[in-house]
Amino acid sequence: MYNFDVVTPNTIAEAAAAMAGDEAQALGGGQTLIPTLKQRLASPNTLVSLSGVSEMQGITKSGDTLRIGGATTHHAVASDGSYPGLSGLAGQIGDPAVRNRGTIGGSLANNDPAACYPAAALASGATIITNTREIAADDYFQGMFETALEEGEIITAVSFPIPQAANYQKFVQPASRFALVGVFVAKYASGVRVAVTGASNDGVFRWTEAEEALSRDFSAAALEGLSVSEDDMISDLHGTARYRAHLIKVVTARAVTAAS
Amino acid sequence: MTKVTMTVNGKAVSGDVEGRTLLSAFLREDQGLTGTHVGCDTSQCGACVVHVNGKAVKSCTMFASEANGAAVDTVEGQTNADGSLNVIQQAFQDHHGLQCGFCTPGMVMSAAALLKENPTPSEAEVREYLEGNICRCTGYHNIVKAIMAASGQDVSAIAAE
Repeated sequence: MYNFDVVTPNTIAEAAAAMAGDEAQALGGGQTLIPTLKQRLASPNTLVSLSGVSEMQGITKSGDTLRIGGATTHHAVASDGSYPGLSGLAGQIGDPAVRNRGTIGGSLANNDPAACYPAAALASGATIITNTREIAADDYFQGMFETALEEGEIITAVSFPIPQAANYQKFVQPASRFALVGVFVAKYASGVRVAVTGASNDGVFRWTEAEEALSRDFSAAALEGLSVSEDDMISDLHGTARYRAHLIKVVTARAVTAAS
Repeated sequence: MTKVTMTVNGKAVSGDVEGRTLLSAFLREDQGLTGTHVGCDTSQCGACVVHVNGKAVKSCTMFASEANGAAVDTVEGQTNADGSLNVIQQAFQDHHGLQCGFCTPGMVMSAAALLKENPTPSEAEVREYLEGNICRCTGYHNIVKAIMAASGQDVSAIAAE
């Protein structure tokens, strides 16, 4: 690693001030960023560690809304029973030691095309809350590793409307255990939302045809006759574009069955 | 350089670290606690697992400065007060849960974290919890058996391999 300073603010205001510095980079749990630094793929002057910001910790439920602090670990979300579909997803990320460090804010800020959390946020129509504004998930994800976050902006919390039923199914790439294809299905009174991670060159996306079919009939059978175009799907040594397109339908059906 | 202080195995320690100093490097090189092993240095193998404030973490993927003020437990602190092996360590010996031993510190620390969370795990739960701990010798079978035995469960039905 190149060297850098690590600063450890205690409040969001202190963190935001530190982020205004030259070449400052937010550090969540570091489970992606530290390996990236080791490979010298990033060279910040300052890392602003967010794990000591107590305002960004914890999970609160009010009515049908679950608010999760940006520095909340995957383990904490996995252990919370308020939104079982989301807890189930968090418990599938990485391994136990990674889940004790990795955070929801870090995952969403990085927006890895094979990460799990973007699928939950998009399928739930979550709101990404930063130190300056609130961003709807539909506007937040802007492609592989691309988000609506501005330079220096920090995800302080994420707000999820709790659905009537939800499930996340992950078809893992056997070496990395990241999603080769992951599908989050969430059923609300207003309709069903389906988000797919791991598959597209554009990062997480909504499968709108499946949403329409499942809003009419929430069953795996409702997906029969639908297909996903292989255009824009990732093709690599782990799976072709066609294979991923096929898996999306298979994995979506599993998620619907598990949620029913 | 920044000064950090933390409690390691119940003892207050301090040292000067760079921003990039990993917790694993602080423990091994600054504190001389070489029981924490660094296998892959890419947070995959789990040989470097320690507990920070009671939670299992990969010490190669956390900066020493992030552990400032924390309570850190390493494999060196796992023995009983009289220096004898604790129940998990003894079970690894009894059930041949190690061959070369390189992964063992991480295995023991992950096992301790698991049994604190889930005192009588099923075999499937043990295997799932060890997802982030890689062993290249044993094929895991006797590690799983040792952890089951350490939890007080009867492992006579689990065949040795």
